[in-house]
Amino acid sequence: MSVNKVYESFDEAVADIPDGAVILLGGFGGIAPVPQNLTLALHRKGAKDLTIVSNNAGVDGRIGLGNIGGKPYADHEILVSSGQVKKFIGSVPGSIVVSRPNALEELYRQGKVELEIVPQGTLAERIRAAGAGIGAFYTPTGVSTEVAKDKEIKTINGKEMILEYALKGDYALIRAHKADTMGNLVYKGVMRTFNAVMATAADVVIAEVDEIVELGELDPEVIVTPGIFVDRIVETSKGEIQ
Amino acid sequence: MKPKLDRETIALIVAREFFDGAVVNLGGGIPTLASNFIPEGRTVIFHSENGMLGFGPVEYDENKQSVYLMNASAQLVQPRLGMCFFDHAMSFAMIRGGHVDITVLGALQVSEKGDLANWMIPERGIGVIGGAMDLAFCCKKLIIAMEHTTPKGGIKIYRKCTYPITAPECVDLIVTDLAVIEVTKDGLLLKEIAPGWTVEEVQAVTEPKLIVAEDLKEITL
Repeated sequence: MSVNKVYESFDEAVADIPDGAVILLGGFGGIAPVPQNLTLALHRKGAKDLTIVSNNAGVDGRIGLGNIGGKPYADHEILVSSGQVKKFIGSVPGSIVVSRPNALEELYRQGKVELEIVPQGTLAERIRAAGAGIGAFYTPTGVSTEVAKDKEIKTINGKEMILEYALKGDYALIRAHKADTMGNLVYKGVMRTFNAVMATAADVVIAEVDEIVELGELDPEVIVTPGIFVDRIVETSKGEIQ
Repeated sequence: MKPKLDRETIALIVAREFFDGAVVNLGGGIPTLASNFIPEGRTVIFHSENGMLGFGPVEYDENKQSVYLMNASAQLVQPRLGMCFFDHAMSFAMIRGGHVDITVLGALQVSEKGDLANWMIPERGIGVIGGAMDLAFCCKKLIIAMEHTTPKGGIKIYRKCTYPITAPECVDLIVTDLAVIEVTKDGLLLKEIAPGWTVEEVQAVTEPKLIVAEDLKEITL
């Protein structure tokens, strides 16, 4: 087979990400759905002026390279705190613990990073739309709130709705449980979150997976992300965080 | 200082609203506690924004916890037969599509008309919307579970919210440590009151004029 999606290192998998790229970064917080080793590789690569699209801006204060429950853990807060991020688009930009501000909110207050706050469902649907070739859609969420500012409003079936545009990435960094060598993906528990949506919506999709298996080992009936969406796969065992 | 209801009691009152077969989404804080008080004999299907439906209560035993079973409030929960997983687009299709029956959220402020403000403290300069806005706009029934006042005793139930709103006219029921209040077309209807508290005392920490239900009850467990 000529298609080779399997990469031997995380650094190699992110090596062509340029400055200024729009990165869809999977996960939701917690440990399971976060592409931790891909995120660290992007940090090492040092690409700057990135636009990061992700649900939150790092889960809980200063644990960019800290640990949760004694286990090493990394997320994209390290990209923010190291100054690699020009703009953040997501639903939870501030820390959920008000008394422990995260890197993004401090930089935002200093005017050093741009911010676009998006309701979580609108964020998911904007990414889904991009992956599905839809240019924009109307949603009721946000009418008469700050989210609706400067947006087109239309009454549909008697209900006011906001026009929201599709949101596409140059790269998506996602996390899954298993991949076969065609890039077909299955997930585990709450691992799908934004990962399975983002897999459809970027020019280059890079998946960090627990295990890469031979063709035939994944049941075609339970594939969640069809392999055509996935360009590169790397096993978590090649990274520093297991 | 007279005793107010504790957080567990607020959660217990909220859980009375969970009908048999209800699909329920619980926000963080007091709302999550309601999962411990499902009325006997009823099946409640919990929905979590991060793609999980039909899970059990919070798992406190560290030996049994799994990071693959985390809810949207970052708590690890117990598996349950019949549960399922899905992605974020599907999860919010359930929410916006009206497939979630009851949502319980906390609030910074609630208005007389049922406007909710819970995503932004203006002084902080940055907010947290998460899934609350989609839930508040699209859920069939929205219950607010909160302390009646701020920690410093300030008012949280206003004629008009002073903080940026999450959604207008979305709240159906407010359950606090002092009262159970229904949002009606005519205004806020005081239906139940904490033991030892008078209508006047609750009114004193509530900006809009409360309508007192003819059958006003003392809250009982």
